[in-house]
Amino acid sequence: MTVTEDYIDASGGDWDDVIEKAQATSAERLVVNMGPQHPSTHGVLRLILTLDGETCTEARVGIGYLHTGIEKNMEYRTWTQGTTFVTRMDYLTPLFNETAYCLAVEKLLGITDRVPERANVIRVMMMELNRMASHFVAMATFGMELGATTVMTNGFREREMILDIFELVTGLRMNHAYVRPGGVAQDLPPGTVGKVRELLKEMPKRIQTMRKLLDENPVYLARTKDVAYLNLPGCMALGVTGPLLRASGLAWDLRKAKPYCGYEDYEFDVPVSDGGDVYARYRVRMAEMEESLKIVEQCLDKLEPGPVMIQDAKIGWPAKLALGPDGLGNSPDHIAHIMSSSMEALIHHFKLVTEGFRVPAGQAYAAVESAKGELGCYAVSDGSTRPHRVHFRDPSFTHLQAVAAMCEGGTVADVIAAVASIDPVMGGVDR
Amino acid sequence: MSTENERERDEEAANLPDKLGRERLAAPVRRTGMFGATTTGDTSGYGGLQVRGSAPVHSQRPFTDPDDPRTADFDRVADDLEAALGDDAGAVERVEVARGEITFHVRREALPQVARVLRDDPALRYELCTGVAGVHFLDDTGRELHAVYHFRSLTHNSEIRVETTCPDADPHVPSIVSVYPTNDWHEREAWDFFGIVFDGHPALTRIEMPDDWHGHPQRKDYPLGGIPVEYRGATVPPPDERRSYK
Amino acid sequence: MGLEEKLPNGVLLTTVEQVVGLARKSSMWPATFGLACCAIEMMSVGGPHYDLARFGMEKFGATPRQADLMVVAGRVSQKMAPVLRQIYDQMPEPKWVIAMGVCASSGGMFNNYAIVQGVDHIVPVDMYLPGCPPRPEMFLDAVLKLHDKVQNTKLGVHREQEITENEERMLRRSLPLVSRD
Repeated sequence: MTVTEDYIDASGGDWDDVIEKAQATSAERLVVNMGPQHPSTHGVLRLILTLDGETCTEARVGIGYLHTGIEKNMEYRTWTQGTTFVTRMDYLTPLFNETAYCLAVEKLLGITDRVPERANVIRVMMMELNRMASHFVAMATFGMELGATTVMTNGFREREMILDIFELVTGLRMNHAYVRPGGVAQDLPPGTVGKVRELLKEMPKRIQTMRKLLDENPVYLARTKDVAYLNLPGCMALGVTGPLLRASGLAWDLRKAKPYCGYEDYEFDVPVSDGGDVYARYRVRMAEMEESLKIVEQCLDKLEPGPVMIQDAKIGWPAKLALGPDGLGNSPDHIAHIMSSSMEALIHHFKLVTEGFRVPAGQAYAAVESAKGELGCYAVSDGSTRPHRVHFRDPSFTHLQAVAAMCEGGTVADVIAAVASIDPVMGGVDR
Repeated sequence: MSTENERERDEEAANLPDKLGRERLAAPVRRTGMFGATTTGDTSGYGGLQVRGSAPVHSQRPFTDPDDPRTADFDRVADDLEAALGDDAGAVERVEVARGEITFHVRREALPQVARVLRDDPALRYELCTGVAGVHFLDDTGRELHAVYHFRSLTHNSEIRVETTCPDADPHVPSIVSVYPTNDWHEREAWDFFGIVFDGHPALTRIEMPDDWHGHPQRKDYPLGGIPVEYRGATVPPPDERRSYK
Repeated sequence: MGLEEKLPNGVLLTTVEQVVGLARKSSMWPATFGLACCAIEMMSVGGPHYDLARFGMEKFGATPRQADLMVVAGRVSQKMAPVLRQIYDQMPEPKWVIAMGVCASSGGMFNNYAIVQGVDHIVPVDMYLPGCPPRPEMFLDAVLKLHDKVQNTKLGVHREQEITENEERMLRRSLPLVSRD
C-alpha cells in the first residue's frame, strides 16, 4: 500500500517506532487511535483521529466492539423471552428497550388497546424514572471524562435512589425484563408509592444541587459552550433525535407527537434550547429530568387498582409472582392451583411458558422517546412462537455518525466533550 | 339474464373450495413440523405439518379506515406520493395497510427516486429516515432479502414504511445515503449482517463484525453459532440445535 | 517477578510471602476494562454509596501499564478479544483478573457467534463473579476474596508445590452426574 500523504501513524505498536518515524519525516499530521478501551470514550468506542497539532482535522468512529448478536439470539427464543434480551441492549435505558419491544409485539398481536390502564401507568412511571437515571449517568460520565470527579460521584449517588425503586419493583437494579408483552411482569409491591413520593420530595433538591454546581460554573462553561456545534439541518440529515435535536431548537418529542402508553394524558413540557452545543444539551437534559419528575407525580395520582397484565388467557402470563423464602418466583397460590387442583391450568401454564404464544404473521414498527432519542423496534413475525426478525433502531447508533460533524475543526479536548454530550451507550450501538 | 347467470357462475367458480385450496397451496411454506428438532426424530406425529404463509397483500383504496385514527392520513400520503412520482408511479408495486401502518413496496431500481420525492416534495416532507433493516426470508424465492425503511415526517407527523427486495443471487439495492446521510451506518449494518450490497454507498464496509469475518451472521442460513454447555457432565446443546417448539 | 521468587524454602520465605501478600493486596491498582452493563455497576462501586476506596482500590487506572488488576466487566465480543488480550499483555506482572458477570465468566445468556464464551479462553482468570450484573456488594465480595487469595499466594518453591497439590486434588475430586471411567 502506498501512502501518498505524509502523516505519522500512532494507531498502535511501539512508541519507539512512532517517535523514530516522527523524527525522520517532516510530517505534521498525526493519526491517533483512541480506544476501544479508553476511559474517555464512553464505553468501547474507537475513535480514529487525525490531528494537526491540537486541532482534530478528521474524526472517524469504529464500533462493533460490543456486538452481542442480541437480534439473532431473539429469533431462537419466545416472544416473551425476548424482553430479557432487549433489556441488555442499551443497559442504561432498559425499560425503554423493553417498552419499545413490547409495543411492537402488542401491535403485531393487535392488543395495543387492551393493555390494562394500570400497566400503562406503571410503564410510564418506570420509563420516566429510567430517563432520570440515564441522564444522571450521562452527567456523571461527562463529568468524569472532563475530569470533574464531584459531578461523577454526585451523579451516581443520585442514581442509586432511583435504582432502589427499580430494585423494589422489579427485583433487579439493571436489566429488569419487567415490561412484558401484554403488560408488566408484576404489580407494584407494597410501599412503592411511598418510596416514589420520598424520591419526588428529595430529587428536586438533588437536581438543584447539580445545577448550582454546573449551570454557571466558568470551567464547565469553558468546556461546553460553543463546543461540538450541530445545527438543525445537520441534525435532520444525520437522523439525530432526542435531547440533541431539542438542543438544536426543535421541540420534537415522540411522547407529544405520537403518544404511546397514554402519554397524551400527562401534562409536561418539552424542554428546548437553541444553543446546539454541548452546554445546550446539558441544559435540555437537566430540564427533562425536572419534567420527568412532574410526570412521575401524575403517574402516582393516576394509579388505580386493577390488573397489570392483559386479561387474555392466550397471551397473558399465567402465573403471579410472589416473594418467597428463596427469592422471587411463582406465587404459592398459583403453584397449589396448578399442581393439585386443576390439570387444565397446569397444561395451560406449561404450554404458555415453554411454547409461548403465537403472533400473527406480519410486521410492525413501534417507537418510543428514549432518554437518548427515538428508539424504534421493528419486529417481523412469521406466525410462530418466535420472532422471525427483530431490529432495533437505536438512537446512540445513529447519533455516533454525527461525531465527525461535531469534532472536525475543533481541538482534541473537545472531541471528548462532543462524544460525551451524545451520550452513546455501546450496548445499544452494537447490540 | 344470461349474462347475470354467467357472472354468478364465475363468482361461484372463484369461491370453490378446490380453487381456494389450490391457491393456498401455491403460497410459500413458512414452517414444517411442530418442533425444531433436526437432530433427533420428531415423534409427535406433526412432522409433516405444513403451515403456509399468506399471499402478498394488495390493499385497495380507501387506505384510510374511518374507525382507525392511526390510518387517518394514508389516503392523502398515497395520493401525494403518486402525484409526486408522476410518470414513475409504477415504482410502487403494491401498497399494504395492516395494523395501522402503511407499507409501500417499491421496485429496487426506483428506491432512490422514491426516497428523494419523499424527502423533497412539500406535501410529503419525510425529513427523517430511521434507517434500514434487513430481513431474510429463505423461502421467498427470488425476493429472499428485504430491505425495510421507515420514514418519519416531522412536518406532517406521519410515519410510513418502504420495503424493497432483492434476490439472494443478485443482492443489490441502490443506496439512499446521498438523500438521507443518516443511512450511512444503517446500510453498512445491513451489508454486514445480511450481505445486501448497497450500490452507491460511499464506503460499504463491515461495521459490527471484525473486518476479516466470513459470512453475514444474521441471515437465516447462518447458524446461531452457540456452543454446547456442559454442566457437571450433562450437556445442553445451543439454542438453535435444541428440540423446541416452532 | 523480583527477588522474592528466588528465596530458598524455609521460614524466611513464609514470612516474605506474608509481607509481599499484604503489600500487594493493600494497594491494588485496577485497570478499567468496562465493557457493558457490569461496567456501570463497577462504576457504582467506585461511587460514594459503595466506596471502593475503603479497600484502597479507588484509583481506576486508565493505563494498563500501571495496573495489576483487570476487571473484565461485561460481554467480550470476538472483535474485542484481541484488544483485551493486548491490554492484558501490557500489564506488568504480577497481575490478576476478575471475570465480572456471567458473560465474562462463561458467555452467559449470549451463547452465539458474536461473544467469546468466557474470557478464560483468552486470559487466565483468578476470580469468577456470577450475576447479571452482579450487585455492587457482590463485586466487593469478589474483591475481598481476591485480596485473600493474593495475601495467601505462595512464592517460589512453595508456589510450585501448591500448584502440584491443586492439580492432584482436582483430578481426585468427584462430581455428581460425572462418571470417572
